[in-house]
Amino acid sequence: MRIAPKYTQMLAVAVLGGATAFTVVVLLFIIVFVLSKGLPGVSSEFLFSAPKDSGLSGGIFPMLVATFVLPLMAIIIALPLGVGTAVYLTEYTRETRLTRVLRFGTDCLAGIPSIIFGLFGFIFFVVMLKMGWCLLSGCLTLAIMVLPTIIRTAEEAIRSVPNSYREVSYSLGATRWETVLKVVLPNALPGIVTGVMLGIGRSIGETAAVIFTAGSILPRSIPVSVFEPVRTLSVHFYILAREGISNEKAYAAAAVLIITVLLVNLAAYGMMHRFIARRSR
Amino acid sequence: MRTVLRIIGLTLMAGVVGLVGCGKSRENLTMAGSTAFQPFAEKLAEQYMPTHPAVSITVQGGGSSLGIQSALSGAAQIGMADLVKLPPDAAALNSIVAARDGIAVVLNPANTVGALTLDQVRDIFCGKIRNWKDVGGLDHPIAVISREAGSGTRSSFEQIVGNVKLSGDALIQDSNGTIRETVANDANAIGYLSHGLVNDKIKAATVDGLSCTEENIMAGTYKLVRPVFLLTKADASPACRAFLDYVLSPEGQELIHKKGLIRAK
Amino acid sequence: MKLTGEKIVKYALMATAFSALASLLLIAVFIFKEGLPFMFKVGLRDFLFASEWNPEVGKFGIYPMIVATLWVTFGAMLIGAPLGVAGAIFLNEFVPKSVMKIVKPTIELLAGIPSVVFGFIGVMVLAPWIRAALGGPGLSVLAASVILGIMVLPTVISISTDAIAAVPNSYREGALALGATRWQSVHMVTIKAARSGIIASIILAMGRALGETMAVIMVAGNTVKVPHAITDPVRTLTANIALEMANATGMAREALFATGIVLFIVIMILNGVAMSAIKGRTRKK
Repeated sequence: MRIAPKYTQMLAVAVLGGATAFTVVVLLFIIVFVLSKGLPGVSSEFLFSAPKDSGLSGGIFPMLVATFVLPLMAIIIALPLGVGTAVYLTEYTRETRLTRVLRFGTDCLAGIPSIIFGLFGFIFFVVMLKMGWCLLSGCLTLAIMVLPTIIRTAEEAIRSVPNSYREVSYSLGATRWETVLKVVLPNALPGIVTGVMLGIGRSIGETAAVIFTAGSILPRSIPVSVFEPVRTLSVHFYILAREGISNEKAYAAAAVLIITVLLVNLAAYGMMHRFIARRSR
Repeated sequence: MRTVLRIIGLTLMAGVVGLVGCGKSRENLTMAGSTAFQPFAEKLAEQYMPTHPAVSITVQGGGSSLGIQSALSGAAQIGMADLVKLPPDAAALNSIVAARDGIAVVLNPANTVGALTLDQVRDIFCGKIRNWKDVGGLDHPIAVISREAGSGTRSSFEQIVGNVKLSGDALIQDSNGTIRETVANDANAIGYLSHGLVNDKIKAATVDGLSCTEENIMAGTYKLVRPVFLLTKADASPACRAFLDYVLSPEGQELIHKKGLIRAK
Repeated sequence: MKLTGEKIVKYALMATAFSALASLLLIAVFIFKEGLPFMFKVGLRDFLFASEWNPEVGKFGIYPMIVATLWVTFGAMLIGAPLGVAGAIFLNEFVPKSVMKIVKPTIELLAGIPSVVFGFIGVMVLAPWIRAALGGPGLSVLAASVILGIMVLPTVISISTDAIAAVPNSYREGALALGATRWQSVHMVTIKAARSGIIASIILAMGRALGETMAVIMVAGNTVKVPHAITDPVRTLTANIALEMANATGMAREALFATGIVLFIVIMILNGVAMSAIKGRTRKK
């Protein structure tokens, strides 16, 4: 019995729409939950003063700064490495066994628990390279952690640029690198930005890897050198909530975190759209 | 693109400037170990440093075992461990008792049971008593919650209660705060945590008729108490020793007492 | 002149790729170096197939935890993948672009919430629900799967959305011109064209689910027992590593790295299975 396509479409829309609505509701619930528990505790004093009493009173300013700086530096390291790798694998090599193995390896590394990255970072950066618990150890470890995500998403984004674009570019006499820089990458930008967003998100939300490498000490002032230990908002929430120091302050920190991530995402998308708009003029 | 480059450039410059401008001529004291004592150590450091600008104290967590290892390896100058008895490898370190911490056996406020004997506590955690009705409560299975294997709180608890072989069905959470949340949200749960963390969402059971209060602990009648050790190597610096003296001084002990822990004596 | 520039670029990119891959290799070597000797000392049977985990008496059986990890990850993907892909399809094909502009950043926002927050929400909200509705302690396979499923949604939705959006409009228009309904053009043309991206998103999500530690520790119960029902409390391999690491010395510590190796192998197997689902397709368009 064949159902008319019109009805399968209605059914499909209903099912997909239902699934999407469910997802949106769940995600909104989480955001609302954290904000409702946390926003009451957020004030300008909270945002700009240093923590006292191991977080029971005072504010989160040093953690806020660290939460911006740490993922930013991690992405600054991971982005060129990741996109460069993706460009090399897709544009400069043929699809051989080696590239398949490398891709497979990258995917597998995406699944390593963050705690192992943390341990690796601890043993390699903190102990072996004697950098101690500091910002630099943390951002290097985070960079390695988000590298697989960036490589993979950049690769998919570059692949999805139609070959016709490349052919047109070559037929106009451009070299391979010029084609990549001026044609492929700009068109792959949305996908790359997604990878960056996911990478930033993961870095900001990461706790285990950060504690083992950047430290968990209670900072008294903003970090002034990359060799200082720092505490991010995620680690702060982790410690406040798990040691039972203060649930209110913990959720307040989480609320600030969510808003921070939102702002960072909006800023990145804003920049990207402006870049695309400017190019198409 | 230009804005992105500008931002990257500024960050790098800031980083370089930061790298250059970083010279501390103060002595750095690192404390590491018990996460339960960490907030108190931070508070003590906070009070101590303004009057002693030559010293900078940072406090890491990581757990009692890490505290002992860090003190032994020199990664930290002072190790914090809240164990009933120090393990043999800590024998090489000097130890002082900075404070004492009571362990409360906690239940959900809705639980009709409020008093347990030490034997009942032991049997519950070993899995021999499995239903609340066997200790005077309602007919519900008991949900036992314990800390993870490396926890100072757990080893203290098990050592004092004695002969505890944790039931294979026990749930495990890895911090005081999550145990508190779990017990607060499950009417049939039983757990244990630092008595300073008991709030109005959970209640502490009396053990052998005694509540986990400061009076009972100081009097020695409430048995579930563990000392908080501060461990240093024999060749600790004078600054380090000065800080330890501060911790034991009336001022330091008063601070500890005010914040919810129990004095060393 | 241009061509020498080209050569420099090529070698620069090659160096980049190799350094990126070298750092990844470093981690793999690290894990294997620490864990492999242990596997030879204890033997695979006593490690992988024994059920008793008690490092203090020399028992290192991780079988219950392997089973737990597989159940929890499978459960998480069962929840996250269909919801995520359905969401991506719906948002791309049946919803105006202006809505997408706000929805996509919001969903990616969720990727930035610390796993500990998810864990707390799980303990405070999800576990009591499960306990009331299905019995058991609440801290269970189901709780862990649900929380993980939600945590990987942003990954699946974002990357699938990009894959679907990248399908050229000419494909869709072609199908519509042939008389297909929107849904038909979506499932017969667009999704097939976006398949490699969608599968990439599921693979990355699966990797994330396998490697998640903090949230799982808080809601799974951490009992070392083979689960018989989804309401049973379990301990995953990652949870075991996190719980025992701070306290482990000597053999116990090596055991945890060996667990890391097992995880790596589990990931390789799962990824391999997913890859073979798209085998045979020419990858370069």
